[in-house]
Amino acid sequence: MSFFDAVFYLFAVITTLAATGVIIARNPVHAALFLVLAFCSAAGIWMLLEAEFLAITLVLVYVGAVMVLFLFVVMMLDINLVKLREGFWRWFPFGAGIAGLMVFEMVWVLGSRQTSESGRAVAHAADYSNTKELGRLLYTHYVYPFELAAVVLLVAMVAAIALTLRRRAGVKSQNVSEQVKVKKADRLRVVKMPPESRADGK
Amino acid sequence: MMEWLEPIQKMLGPAWLPIWTLLKIVVIVLPLMGAVAYLTLAERKVIGWMQIRIGPNRVGYFGLLQPLADGLKLLMKEIIVPSGANKFLFIVAPILTLMPALAVWAVVPFNAELVVANVNAGLLYVLAMASLGVYGIIIAGWASNSKYAFLGSLRSAAQIVSYEIAMGFALVTVLMAAQSLNLGDIVRGQQGTHGFLNWYFIPLFPMFVVYFISGVAETNRAPFDVAEGESEIVAGFHVEYSGMAFALFFLGEYANMILVSFLTSIMFLGGWLSPLPFLPDGILWMFIKVAVVLFLFLWFRATFPRYRYDQLMRLGWKVFIPVSLIWVVVVGVWMQTSYWLW
Repeated sequence: MSFFDAVFYLFAVITTLAATGVIIARNPVHAALFLVLAFCSAAGIWMLLEAEFLAITLVLVYVGAVMVLFLFVVMMLDINLVKLREGFWRWFPFGAGIAGLMVFEMVWVLGSRQTSESGRAVAHAADYSNTKELGRLLYTHYVYPFELAAVVLLVAMVAAIALTLRRRAGVKSQNVSEQVKVKKADRLRVVKMPPESRADGK
Repeated sequence: MMEWLEPIQKMLGPAWLPIWTLLKIVVIVLPLMGAVAYLTLAERKVIGWMQIRIGPNRVGYFGLLQPLADGLKLLMKEIIVPSGANKFLFIVAPILTLMPALAVWAVVPFNAELVVANVNAGLLYVLAMASLGVYGIIIAGWASNSKYAFLGSLRSAAQIVSYEIAMGFALVTVLMAAQSLNLGDIVRGQQGTHGFLNWYFIPLFPMFVVYFISGVAETNRAPFDVAEGESEIVAGFHVEYSGMAFALFFLGEYANMILVSFLTSIMFLGGWLSPLPFLPDGILWMFIKVAVVLFLFLWFRATFPRYRYDQLMRLGWKVFIPVSLIWVVVVGVWMQTSYWLW
């Protein structure tokens, strides 16, 4: 077993254990943290495939942003753990069926002759840049699907904001542009008046 | 590689690479820790002078041993784990804050040759590692089982996620200008015959400002230190921490400050390049630029009052993100014309 294989198996074992942790952890916050660990070690495996752009983006987007917001929500939820575990055995056969189906699919895809023959990643030249290669493909070969996906995402984002936006009456938020526009004359009145002198002349 | 090391390399064989890498890490981390220690002293002195005080001057000549005394004090103190706290996460949180702050240094170039890992996707790596730093703060706040700590960590999480977007766009303009994600190549892209006029802070000036202010916000420094907010939520996410666990948060914050200063110098201020064409380039220029940027951090803290939370969010979402989005387009168009001189 070479050093490369050892690193791969290390990451693979951590990913699997962390993924198991996600579903068996009692506390939802612990489950979310296990998911973070699973993402990080999956990024490590991608790094071994010389897909550094994908690996770093996985950490940047999923670990750095998505999971932070996840944790944010999960931490604020008041979850009743007993209620959460109700009906576990009732739904167990259903879940086990889906899990079996997924295992079957993965074995089917990964074990087929077309993919198993090139089981090892293609070795690249020393000056190979995954980022450049991806960029070139995305903006030449796949430019229309890529732009389409971007538009779909934008629409989804606008829709999500529009759905959750509620206008409340009587909110006392400040209007910054009005504050900036204020002139001295709007707030301050300089009054000119003759000096008053006392009757006794002092 | 240096020639005189070759006999040692032959003697160690395959064990050479890990040992050499470990040595490089030590050579970076030890001076960094020293820099953090003396940055705390510099901060107290500078803010003292700005407020017409003397600052620490009792321990050692000119207060020079003050950081050592502080460190020793923190080492001797007991670490108290609050009742009802999640003990494992409570201990892990400060480590999680410091770890990414140190890991980023792997790709930071000090001069044309001096870098631990010359990674092609260096800028992405920096962004990814910087985004991991927030976990320490969130976990610390949650594991402390305290309302103040929890509020602080929620504020911090929202703040860091918001400012990361503007920061990312600022870096996008830099990589457009340099046409590379490699930090060394970004500095080399600013080389030219006109000295400091070739640096990216001129064409990317709005992004330079956005990046630096977002950097101040990302490191939770004043005036964006709502995660601590002494006057509102006591000390925020680290209110329950004492002794060395608290010191790790402190180290992480200051290491991040130094890091943001280094990145600002590398991406906008020409890194190790000299500002005047007739002076030689060198690592000294890098340190001078970093010191100037670090001074700005201290100056901010001494000058500005803390932002209110909604104003902070407004600045991030309604000012910085639109400005950076527009500037990405401006730079893209500008680069297609013949007026792009960088």
